[in-house]
Amino acid sequence: MKLVKLSLAAGLLFGTQAFAETIAITHAQIISLGKEGSFKDGTVLVRDGRIAGVGANLAIPAGTRIIDAGGHIVTPGLVASGSSLGADEVEGEASANDGAGATDELSAAFDVSLGINPASMLIPVARMGGVTRAVVTPELPGRGDKKGDRLFAGQAAVIDLSGSANSITLRHAALAVDLGSGAAGHLGGSHASVLQRLEADLDEAASFAANRGLYEHGTHRPYRQSKEDLEALQPILQGKEPLLVGVHRVADIRRVIELGRRLKLKLILNGAEEGWMIAGEIAAAGLPVLLDPQYDLPEEFEQLNARLENAAILAAAGVTIVVTPPHTGDYARQVRYNAGYAVAHGLPWEAGIAAITSNPARIFGFAASAGRIEPGLDADLVVWSGDPLEMLSVPEHVLVKGIEQSLTSRAQALARRYAVSDPNQPPTYRH
Amino acid sequence: MKKTLAAVPLLAALAVLSACATMSVTSPATQAASSPKESPAFPGLDPSTDSDPFPSTYRALPSNGFALVGATILTGTGSRIENGTVIVENGKITAVGAGLALPAGVQPIDARGKFVTPGIIDAHSHLGVYATPQVWANSDGNEATDPNTAQVWAEHSVWPQDPGFVRALEGGITTLEILPGSANLFGGRSVALKNLPGRTVQDMKFPGAPYGMKMACGENPKRVYGGKGRSPSTRMGNVYGYRKAWIEAQDYRRRWDEYHKKLADFKAGKGDKAPDAPKRDLQLDTLMGVLDGSILVQNHCYRADEMAQMIAISHEFGFHISMFHHGSEAYKIADILKREDICTATWGEWWGFKMESFDGIEENAALLQNGGACVVIHSDDAILTQHLPQEAAIALAAGRRLGIAIDEAEAIKWVTANPAKAIGVLDKTGTLEPGKMADLVLWSADPFSVYALAEKVYIDGGLAYDRRDPTRQPLSDFELGQAGPAHPGDRP
Repeated sequence: MKLVKLSLAAGLLFGTQAFAETIAITHAQIISLGKEGSFKDGTVLVRDGRIAGVGANLAIPAGTRIIDAGGHIVTPGLVASGSSLGADEVEGEASANDGAGATDELSAAFDVSLGINPASMLIPVARMGGVTRAVVTPELPGRGDKKGDRLFAGQAAVIDLSGSANSITLRHAALAVDLGSGAAGHLGGSHASVLQRLEADLDEAASFAANRGLYEHGTHRPYRQSKEDLEALQPILQGKEPLLVGVHRVADIRRVIELGRRLKLKLILNGAEEGWMIAGEIAAAGLPVLLDPQYDLPEEFEQLNARLENAAILAAAGVTIVVTPPHTGDYARQVRYNAGYAVAHGLPWEAGIAAITSNPARIFGFAASAGRIEPGLDADLVVWSGDPLEMLSVPEHVLVKGIEQSLTSRAQALARRYAVSDPNQPPTYRH
Repeated sequence: MKKTLAAVPLLAALAVLSACATMSVTSPATQAASSPKESPAFPGLDPSTDSDPFPSTYRALPSNGFALVGATILTGTGSRIENGTVIVENGKITAVGAGLALPAGVQPIDARGKFVTPGIIDAHSHLGVYATPQVWANSDGNEATDPNTAQVWAEHSVWPQDPGFVRALEGGITTLEILPGSANLFGGRSVALKNLPGRTVQDMKFPGAPYGMKMACGENPKRVYGGKGRSPSTRMGNVYGYRKAWIEAQDYRRRWDEYHKKLADFKAGKGDKAPDAPKRDLQLDTLMGVLDGSILVQNHCYRADEMAQMIAISHEFGFHISMFHHGSEAYKIADILKREDICTATWGEWWGFKMESFDGIEENAALLQNGGACVVIHSDDAILTQHLPQEAAIALAAGRRLGIAIDEAEAIKWVTANPAKAIGVLDKTGTLEPGKMADLVLWSADPFSVYALAEKVYIDGGLAYDRRDPTRQPLSDFELGQAGPAHPGDRP
């Protein structure tokens, strides 16, 4: 939950801020998700990389570049939550990836933000889909048993999609841990062993905090976890940093709610395919939920009652929901379609937009930077050709921190290269 | 965080070509079998007399004549009809148009403000063979024990109670091509199913559809067998494996042809001893079915250069590849695919999960369409199959962004007529034309909209699914008696 002050300062000196123009997006149907509300024909004023004003009758300073939205919808930039974007390049090639790196010594402490590559080829692809931020969540390395004895996948990071050097918004945005059947598979074979392990690791971290002096002098019993991991668990125990818990069936969700209440943890549920069956309990516990609304199959025995209305039912009960894309960063752009599917199955439209903008910003602790169109926030903005949740709509303008992005990518370059044919010149010469 | 599409590309990676059926083969032996003297004494030894050992027992639901009236109709033939009517009688489409008078006894159904399309066809599905729940017991899609398993048939792995079939139906899927996985160079036979729940796979088999045969290029076979210390471990090893198998298949075909000629001569009174039949080989039967054109090659292949290799092999041995599946780089060789009359089944937005899909672009389908090649949008996934027109919409939008104008009446072919062509059933379904099977979907909205829901799904004129009528909502045995109503349309 620490803002990266260093990065922000560096950004002021060398980063995109130096090139930020004053821009007014006019004649926009603004979905602000903020206290400003919505406007049928409004203006968003952008200055020094931030939103300077939102309204129907804003005065536009001389020299401002105008983007006439022509009545089209403007939303905050979208957030891909629970993604490997920026950390992984090619899922099938381990050497191209940095999103899975927990070791026996660095599990809770594994910090994916240090593996983020702002120059990832996947980032422009996601940006063309209107995504301007991502909550990058690490996964445990290896498959099946090769995941070994590790419980925590590590620290999630929030990044912006400017592609610039200072693109880390927030480190330690949440600590990711899976309590599902996947974890049971490599940690003893039972959901019970995983839950006990979680509680034991947290107990150990509490003991470490109470006996730090003895530990440093080498006179305390040894701990199973490394010092770095024990340190990383302190903000979790203090309820300052969210614990992002992969959990799926009703019984496990209830146990996690009980654990969180007892230890006063700040929990975010991830998956929660059966959450709709106890939506009231999740709402009463005040727990937000990350979910992929497409999951409606009994893929595992822990989600036999998965259904398409999960998002709608949870939201109606008062749960803050965040709609995710698939984890693999290639599909970050899918986040808006997923919100659309949730709307198709009962989620109110604006709640669908909030689930991919303001809600993730709030629960992952970067609401002061992004997620709404409100003065003072970074100018992450998208002008859409139509309804942002529709496949047939595309972004017309994308701004990240006040900088308009060129809507190009390596994929676009390939498309253009092969859109024409010339029998006298191999395509390799066209670039 | 464990549930991502990440698992799916691996499956895609494992796609395999399957061999097609020999059901349409006629040979001298079959023609002569009416004579008692010539009838086979030992059933099952001659593939030409044993072309359909697992025959379809499909039966359509009862269907009274009805008409969907007032809808926007995308016919699958390239036409869009506003305020149109589709008339169905005896399980067949009898008329499609605007302002049609209804014959006596045909019940009108108000479809104003809604859309009608042909039933959606998923030409690349592993439902039943990789059923949910995704437990070891249900993992029956890859016989990854030898790079050539042309002898296995996907239908023998299909679990008809896979809940995924019902979910696909709720998404408008009426026909599926079920393929073996892609671990092997030759994965086995694929099978076309009508997506009407049945007790047995035979109950679901699409009557009269040809078999397919799955083949696989690239990374999967070389990874699976290279990892076992066997050939193939490289792409050149893959190509050797294909050619070796086709040589054997051609030789097998030659031996059967010679046998059938000698048998015909014997029946005509030449010689006094009937010829000995070659020893039957199930693997070679399937490959022979490809060579005689009765089995359609369904070839998992991502890279353009590898597709060109496969085409060269097809020329060398004289067979035709019906469709490349996944085809992430097909846009690079649209002209070749057009010339060869090979369809490409691809996604709207899946890409980049491995090196051979790294050049996958959303514009793939539009570039192929623009180049005159046959485009199919497929799923390879139990979730995606529920949203196939929307996946097509992603590809459509990308094409328009590039400046390629394709209208929706054309794009609907990507999930209807074109997959029907590629799996060999276009003469029976895939378009809304008189005489075709009445496989159709009534959509709540434009099917290319993210909000569109299939309200009614008809298969051979029978109402297989109705979002508003619980008595028309199938539930697999596996899901029966579970705690929650895991169904669209239900509210707790």
